[in-house]
Amino acid sequence: MSPMPRVLLSEWTKIRTVRATLWTLVSALLVTVVLGVLISVLLNNTFDDLSREDRATFDPTFISFSGTQLGQLAMIAFGILVVANEYSTGMIRSSLSAVPVRGQLLAAKLAVATALALAVGMVTSFASFLLGQLALGDHRTDLSEPGVLRAVFGTGLYMGLIALFAMGLTWVLRSPLLSFGVQIPFFFMISNILANVPATEKIGQYLPDQAGSRAMAVVDTGDWPYGPWTGLLIMLAWVAAAVLAGWLVLRHRDA
Amino acid sequence: MIELSGVTKRYGLKTAVRELTCVIRPGLVTGFLGPNGAGKSTTMRMILGLDRPTAGRALVEGRPYALLRDPLTVVGALLEARSVHPGRTAYHHLLCLAQSNGIPRRRVGEVLDLVGLGAVGARRPKGFSLGMGQRLGIASALLGDPRILIFDEPVNGLDPEGIHWVRNLIRRLASEGRTVFVSSHLMSEMALTADHLIVIGQGQLLADTSMAGFIEENARSYTRVRSPDREKLLDALSHAGLDAAPSGAPGAEGAWELEGDRTAVVGELAAERRLVLHELGHHRASLEEAFMRLTSQSVEYQAHVGAEEG
Ligand SMILES: Nc1ncnc2c1ncn2[C@@H]1O[C@H](COP(=O)(O)OP(=O)(O)O)[C@@H](O)[C@H]1O
Ligand SMILES: [Mg+2]
Repeated sequence: MSPMPRVLLSEWTKIRTVRATLWTLVSALLVTVVLGVLISVLLNNTFDDLSREDRATFDPTFISFSGTQLGQLAMIAFGILVVANEYSTGMIRSSLSAVPVRGQLLAAKLAVATALALAVGMVTSFASFLLGQLALGDHRTDLSEPGVLRAVFGTGLYMGLIALFAMGLTWVLRSPLLSFGVQIPFFFMISNILANVPATEKIGQYLPDQAGSRAMAVVDTGDWPYGPWTGLLIMLAWVAAAVLAGWLVLRHRDA
Repeated sequence: MIELSGVTKRYGLKTAVRELTCVIRPGLVTGFLGPNGAGKSTTMRMILGLDRPTAGRALVEGRPYALLRDPLTVVGALLEARSVHPGRTAYHHLLCLAQSNGIPRRRVGEVLDLVGLGAVGARRPKGFSLGMGQRLGIASALLGDPRILIFDEPVNGLDPEGIHWVRNLIRRLASEGRTVFVSSHLMSEMALTADHLIVIGQGQLLADTSMAGFIEENARSYTRVRSPDREKLLDALSHAGLDAAPSGAPGAEGAWELEGDRTAVVGELAAERRLVLHELGHHRASLEEAFMRLTSQSVEYQAHVGAEEG
C-alpha cells in the first residue's frame, strides 16, 4: 500500500486539472447565491401580502437558502463527474494500476472531493446568507441570533454531504448517464413530491435531502418530526450507506 | 518475473482464460501470441489486479499486484483499452500517477521527451491521434522506471516509424534486464521482437517455448511433389523407402509432401521411372502458417468438446 498522503495529493491533482468538474462547483455557488438573493428580494417586496401565519413563522435564514434547491443539483453533478468520469474515460484502469488497494483509492478520492465540496458549500452558504439578508431589508436577521450560525453551517454541510452521497452512489452505478438519469430527477422532483404528498409524507421526510435540509431552518414550523441535528444525522446515515455500497461494489467487481 | 498458476477467468458462461500456467522471465521479450479473443488482454488485466481471476493466481515478483508498494515502480503497463481522461493534459495525467507512487515530478518531463511527446505535454489527449495516445500510454508505463513491462498490442494504431520505435524500445528494455511481456495477434510481429513465445487460443495455453525452438519445430522444411499419375508416383516413393503424405496446404490438392529436402532423390527417381512430374519443390512453412495450424487445432478441440458437453 502506498502512503496515504501521496494518494491524497494525486487525487487533488486529478480534481484540479479537469475543467468541467470545477465548473460544476462554480455553478453550485453562483446558482445558489443568485437564486437565494432573487427570492429574498421577491419576499421582501411582497412580505405584506403573506398570510398572518406565514408572517409569524417567517424564517429569513431559511429563505436566503432557497437557491440550494437548484444549486444542490450542481453539487450532485460534481459528485457524479468526479467518480463516473473515471469509468467513462477508462482512467479507472490507470488509477487502480497506480493504487491497487481499492478502499484506499476510494477513501482518497472521496476525502479530497468532499473536502473541496464542503469548502465550496461553506462559501456558498455564507454568501447566500449574507447577501440574502441584505436583500431582505427590514425582515433580515443576523448571525448573532439564536440558531442562525448553526443553520448557516448546516447548509454548508448539506452541500458537501449531498455531493458525497452522489459520489457513493455513482460508485455503484458507474455510468455517467445512469448516474445523472437516476439522481437528478430524484433530487429535483421525486424527493419533493414524496415529502409533500400526504400519503408518502411520513417516509418522504426521511429521505437524505429532506432530512438534511432541516438543518437550514431556524424557525421550527412544526412540519418536521425531528430537529436540525437529527436531520443532519439522518442524512449522514444515508451518505454512509451510499459510500459503503460504493466500496463493496468497487471491492468485488472487475474494473 | 511474472508467474501465472492455473489462472482462469469466466465472464458469465464464457471462459476467457482457462487454467493458464506459465512464467515470464526477466531479460527476455516474452511474446504473448493468440488470435483476437484468445484471452490475452484478460490475462494482462488479471496480472494487474484489474480483473479478479475466477480461479488460480497471478504473482508479480512473488506477490499479488495489490500488495506491491508503489506498484508503478515495479510494473509498467500499456493496456489495450484507453486509460486516460481526455480532458486532463498529458503532463497532469502523468503527474497524478507519479504522485501516487512517490515518483519525482521531473520524471514526468523525462518520459514525455522519451516517447516524443515533449512538445505536447500541455495539451489535452482528446486532440491526440491514435499514435500519440499510444505513446502517452507507453509514457505512463515507463514512468516508474519499472523492472517489469506489460504491453498489450503496443503497435496498434502506430505508423511505420512508430512501429519501428516501439520494437526498438521493447528490445532495449529487455536488454537492460527487465521482464518484458508483449501481446500481439500477429506472428510476424512476434518473430521480429520476441525471444520467448507463449501462445494461447480460446484461453488455453498452446505453446510455451523459446522463439528459436518454435521456429525449429514449426517452420518445418518439406518437399512437395505432384504427378498426374498418382499410382506410379506412390509406388516409386514407397519402393525408394520414402514416406509421403497428402498435402494439406490450400492450393496444393493432389500433391504429396515428404519431410526435409528430398528434391534431388525424387527428381532422380522420376527420371529413372519415366514418371511425369507437374511439381517438385522444396518448401519451408512460414511461422504464420505454423501459428494458424496451432490455433486452428484449439478451435477444433473446443468445438469438439462443446459438442460432447452439449
Ligand atoms: N469484461 C468482459 N465481459 C465479458 N466478456 C469478456 C470481457 N472481457 C473479455 N471478454 C471475452 O473474453 C474473451 C477474451 O477476450 P480478450 O482477453 O480481450 O482477448 P484478446 O485480448 O486475446 O483479443 C473474448 O471472447 C471476449 O469477448
Ligand atoms: Mg486484446
